Amino acid sequence: MRLDVILRVITKLLLPFMVMFAFYVHFHGEFSPGGGFQAGVIIAAAVVFHALMFGLYPTQRMLPPWVVEMLVPLGVFIYVVVGIVTMMLGENFLGYNPLHPTKPYYGQERGIIWIEVGVLVTVASTMVAIFYAFAGRGRKP
Amino acid sequence: MAETLINTILLTLLALTTIGVVRTRNLFSVVILAGIYSFLIASVMMVLDAVDVAMTEASVGAGISTVLLLSVLYLTKTHESVPIRTPLLPLFVAFGVGAMLIYGTVDLPPFGSAEQPINQHVGPDYLERSIPDTKVPNVVTTVLASYRGFDTLGETAVVFTAGIGVLMLLRRRKKKQDDEGGED
Amino acid sequence: MIEAFLTNYNYFITIFLMSAGLYIVVARGNMVKKLVGVALFQSSVYLLYLSPAKILGGTPPILAEGFDVYANPLPHVLILTAIVVGVATLALGLALVVRINEAYGTIEEDEIFAEGEDLQNDAKTPRVEGEL
Repeated sequence: MRLDVILRVITKLLLPFMVMFAFYVHFHGEFSPGGGFQAGVIIAAAVVFHALMFGLYPTQRMLPPWVVEMLVPLGVFIYVVVGIVTMMLGENFLGYNPLHPTKPYYGQERGIIWIEVGVLVTVASTMVAIFYAFAGRGRKP
Repeated sequence: MAETLINTILLTLLALTTIGVVRTRNLFSVVILAGIYSFLIASVMMVLDAVDVAMTEASVGAGISTVLLLSVLYLTKTHESVPIRTPLLPLFVAFGVGAMLIYGTVDLPPFGSAEQPINQHVGPDYLERSIPDTKVPNVVTTVLASYRGFDTLGETAVVFTAGIGVLMLLRRRKKKQDDEGGED
Repeated sequence: MIEAFLTNYNYFITIFLMSAGLYIVVARGNMVKKLVGVALFQSSVYLLYLSPAKILGGTPPILAEGFDVYANPLPHVLILTAIVVGVATLALGLALVVRINEAYGTIEEDEIFAEGEDLQNDAKTPRVEGEL
């Protein structure tokens, strides 16, 4: 029996709760402190936690570096697409009122959630990509 | 009264941690003290009623910053060399800047008053307009995402640029090899 | 006198943190410690922005029933952006430190300057076999 059995079991039990907490912080960011940045950093912390416990290569098999590098510009792309959609619907760039057909304040809520998704994707994947770059530097490729 | 006491104690602990960071020469201790500093700053921000900022500082400053500094320490070395010359001129510069700034605090409005110019024009306006415009109770989220949404686009672009910069500096081209399944 | 000192204690500690961060950046030669000093300096600026936004007897800026006085939300938004930009800058600075260490073998400023001077002196004097 290895000496770190307790740590591995606790990590496997704890990781789904961390990811769930990140999504809770993101979606509940309108009623309590939270939002896209905090949620993205918590997801990155969950991936770093997995890499610290199980090693870098198993983590890179679970979440390959090319996937992370594809996700980094996707967040900025989602953000700009929301702005262009609002421009096509008649308002200024990033004016969320026309996103709902009848009530402007529901349009605002939709706009806020969508751009926070963009911020979450960019921040989480950038932090994970930076961690992969630093941790993979001292090892043979 | 209790709030002032908590505020004073936390700020004093912050100053003591900073003195520790300046004087220590073991870089591992400096990184751990920087993590403690981030947690103390997050607590001070909670006492100052800035809850969103405290959450961001705790997760970003004490989480990601500490991990990155530790991985750089693994790649370089963990001790700072003894300085060659005594730093008299930087000490004078630091004291001079501090003295001038303390002289400048005489003109500041009293701490926590609602009649300061910073709390007058735009802040209360956002607080009143948030529920009729968007029906979202967290005013910081509405200001960040709706009223000042363009600045958040710029910030996301800055994070994206930093990620690309780090990848360009540190990424290695992986050769196709068969022996990369080892655990560490 | 003590009363005035204790009410403005936030500002005095902010100024002390600013001076300490500036001293670390200017006086120490180790690059990792300089980056920690820059992070310290940035944190003191966050305190400088958040201290005037607090209103005594107020509550965090989340609108709810039964509360009248809220803190000013505008500096919170600016500092949220500043924190994330600060950590991005720290990551880029640390990547540069790793590359400098691989190129020069050290991260102390004095040793890198000394090695640069040695390289300059070697380039000025030609070698024996006529290479330049």
